[in-house]
Amino acid sequence: MLWGLDEYFFFHYNGYGARRPCASAPTNWVIHEKGNTMLELRDISFEVSGEKAQKEIIRNVNLKIEENRFVVITGPNGGGKSTLAKLIAGIEKPTSGKIFLDGEDITEKSITERARLGISFAFQQPVRFKGIQVLDLIRMAAGKQMSAAEACRYLSEVGLCAKDYINREVNASLSGGELKRIEIATVLARGTKLSVFDEPEAGIDLWSFQNLIQVFERMQEKTKDGSILIISHQERILNIADEIVVIAEGQIAQQGSREEILPKLLGTASAVTVCSRFYQGGEGQC
Amino acid sequence: MLDEIQKRILEEVADLHTVPSGAYNIRANGKMEARNTTANIDIISKEDGSGIDIHVKPGTKNESLHIPVVLSQSGLKETVYNDFYIGEDCDVFIVAGCGIDNCGNQDSQHDGIHRFFVGKNSRVKYVEKHYGAGNGQGKRILNPGTEVHLEENSTMEMEMVQIKGVDSTIRDTKAELAAGAKLVVRERLMTHGAQKAVSNYEVALNGQDASADVVSRSVARDQSYQKFDSRITGNAPCSGHTECDAIIMDQARILAIPQLEANDLDAALIHEAAIGKIAGDQIIKLMTLGLTEEEAEEQIVNGFLK
Repeated sequence: MLWGLDEYFFFHYNGYGARRPCASAPTNWVIHEKGNTMLELRDISFEVSGEKAQKEIIRNVNLKIEENRFVVITGPNGGGKSTLAKLIAGIEKPTSGKIFLDGEDITEKSITERARLGISFAFQQPVRFKGIQVLDLIRMAAGKQMSAAEACRYLSEVGLCAKDYINREVNASLSGGELKRIEIATVLARGTKLSVFDEPEAGIDLWSFQNLIQVFERMQEKTKDGSILIISHQERILNIADEIVVIAEGQIAQQGSREEILPKLLGTASAVTVCSRFYQGGEGQC
Repeated sequence: MLDEIQKRILEEVADLHTVPSGAYNIRANGKMEARNTTANIDIISKEDGSGIDIHVKPGTKNESLHIPVVLSQSGLKETVYNDFYIGEDCDVFIVAGCGIDNCGNQDSQHDGIHRFFVGKNSRVKYVEKHYGAGNGQGKRILNPGTEVHLEENSTMEMEMVQIKGVDSTIRDTKAELAAGAKLVVRERLMTHGAQKAVSNYEVALNGQDASADVVSRSVARDQSYQKFDSRITGNAPCSGHTECDAIIMDQARILAIPQLEANDLDAALIHEAAIGKIAGDQIIKLMTLGLTEEEAEEQIVNGFLK
């Protein structure tokens, strides 16, 4: 299976496999205590107002991400992955719960404040700007007047021929894949301790995808105390993760090391088996 | 001698820090302040004192001409007529611009009427910047009128910029193009406070393969008002495009009226107009880079008008 776990999630978490995460499943997952906790989501819930009632997108999520980790959040479409990433970046505010960065409560902090505290966020669908050039955007990301040559390095890093792009406008003349790579370059230019990528592979072609994997691998090597959090469906991204978190229906359905989680996601076992492996004692509702 | 205020205005409208090289005519408070002519570019005052005639010899290449106007005297109102005669096969760069610093209580006004007669196969790049400053009650008013006559296969590229401080502007631009001639207009405008800016363009494409591209990008803030009225008439097999792209902010108002008239079966004419506020996700994106909401807005506006 080269591409995507979409089918897996589609059948196993959207009712087609008729199996959902247990309602009684524990949401407090203990993960590897190898470093200091950098980011902590404590009992986070997020609701939106529907036509008739409140809809819960994220339900009582507890998650800790340590320093120097490469964590991939995966799960079915509509499960709340992107919302979780937005809650971390401050784009959405939780209905209840707390978010901590290096022990500091950042729940009420704005997007700007969080960015300055060291959170970067790469959008799933990068934003276009008429008139703003790629160089301007990279300089804004870096927060300094870096030379064009320096900015070019970040573009080369994401596989773009820098001289062809540095003076281009970040507008509709760029393809989705090009924009996506520029978006990733802005996160590289920021070089913060926590980098969150929302589906970085979406809209990227096969050749670039291989390049993208290398970008993340290099980031991983370079970052000493920083952590990378990626929302992804891609097996090859999951393959380089230290940890994998599966989010479905707004809750953490599975969480653990890659060695532990990945075989279960890729295996041929039925949803029931997967479920029973994770929710010991909760089989009645699985 | 120019005083400090006048020098600052000069810098804003013509990017001039010192006396320019090439031909120039600097007008300050209704009088000629300095002038230089070259072997190929001659500047002559009109006999009635209403302006200047500029003659560029045929074949003049890579020469520049600066004709900035500076007003720092409150209550001064003037209308100036400048005529540009560009010979055939020329390639020249013309910088015009007007800056008003009005610290007094009377209105200051400069109406510059420019007429261009561009010879065959010539190429003109024209930059016109408007700038207003000063904290007096008197208004800063600029009403430029531009007339462009392009002969066969000539090209004129016009960059019109008015970013700050002008209270009221009515800009009238008319152009007629012969066969193979090309007109490119890039207008950038920002209004704030209670300012009012009107831009009218009338372009007639009279010859085969004539082409025009008239694009305006503008930002209207506070309670300001803008009107962009651009009309392209195709009287021959030709191509024309006009576009107005505007960002609206606060309680501003914008009226965009792109108009096309085709009088020939092979006249290919297009217009586009878009008015909208700054997209929320643009601000959010820049905030994730560490900018505040205000800084993000400023960067978006600056980029848009760049």
